Amino acid sequence: MVTIPAFLIVAVVLFGIGTVGVMISRNIIILFMCVELMLNAANLAIIAFSRALNVVDGHVIVFLVLTVAAAEAAVGLAMLITIYRNRETMNIDRFSILKW
Amino acid sequence: MNLDTIIFAISAVVAVFGAVMMIGQRNPVASVLYMIVSLVAQAVLYIQLGALFLGAVLIIVYAGAIMVLFLFVIMLLNLRGREDLGAGSPLVSKVTKFVVAGLFVLELGFVVWSGVFPDSGSTGIQSSASEFGSVKVVAELIFMKYLYPFELASILLLAAIVGAVVMAGRAAVTETDESDDDDPVKEQTVDEVHD
Repeated sequence: MVTIPAFLIVAVVLFGIGTVGVMISRNIIILFMCVELMLNAANLAIIAFSRALNVVDGHVIVFLVLTVAAAEAAVGLAMLITIYRNRETMNIDRFSILKW
Repeated sequence: MNLDTIIFAISAVVAVFGAVMMIGQRNPVASVLYMIVSLVAQAVLYIQLGALFLGAVLIIVYAGAIMVLFLFVIMLLNLRGREDLGAGSPLVSKVTKFVVAGLFVLELGFVVWSGVFPDSGSTGIQSSASEFGSVKVVAELIFMKYLYPFELASILLLAAIVGAVVMAGRAAVTETDESDDDDPVKEQTVDEVHD
């Protein structure tokens, strides 16, 4: 029988991998995907808690988080295209200035 | 060791494997593909927790739409993973990155170790709950109890679309302006042809 803490441990591990990726990644696209991974890990934890407490309301929260993630990906990728046109690089360390 | 445990073990290992491979890739396309592998495994975990609707939404929206958007941007910018990312960051920055990431992982591990999980969850889950997380139940919640947050989410999506078009479209407008500057030459040549 699979228990709820097992799912929570998977969520924690995924969130940790996402955090490490955000810290050490130099490619901004991979960094964006690490943020998405962290959102997904949080979603998995919410669904696990929702199952443990036997309420479906958590699923609506996850649905809204998915919406926010989609909006974030759209706006973030638009910013990325704009920055790439100016800087001609994907290295996050080159994006350290706010104005050019 | 029943079927539930086997399915959980396989999908958990695949989810973590895909995530680890994703941050280790140099080629962004391979990174996106590993992310899709991880997402499909996570969808299996969702379904195992009874979230049938969200498992389907995760595959359709995430693996089907958002990851394709990432792929589309990678293809649009013509990134092949071979371009020079420039010199590596200085040693201090590199050490700081790993120290901060390690501290955060340690903190998460401490949370797991201290066992703040709900006791009610340790009884285990039933493999096929009757109505829990089905489309009908979730839809009733979304369209009755949480109607206003749902509508606000649609407004958020509209704002994101407009914002994305404004931001990514501005450079295109300047490019057309530049091409407009080039146009008189073309018009002259056209006129010459007409003459």
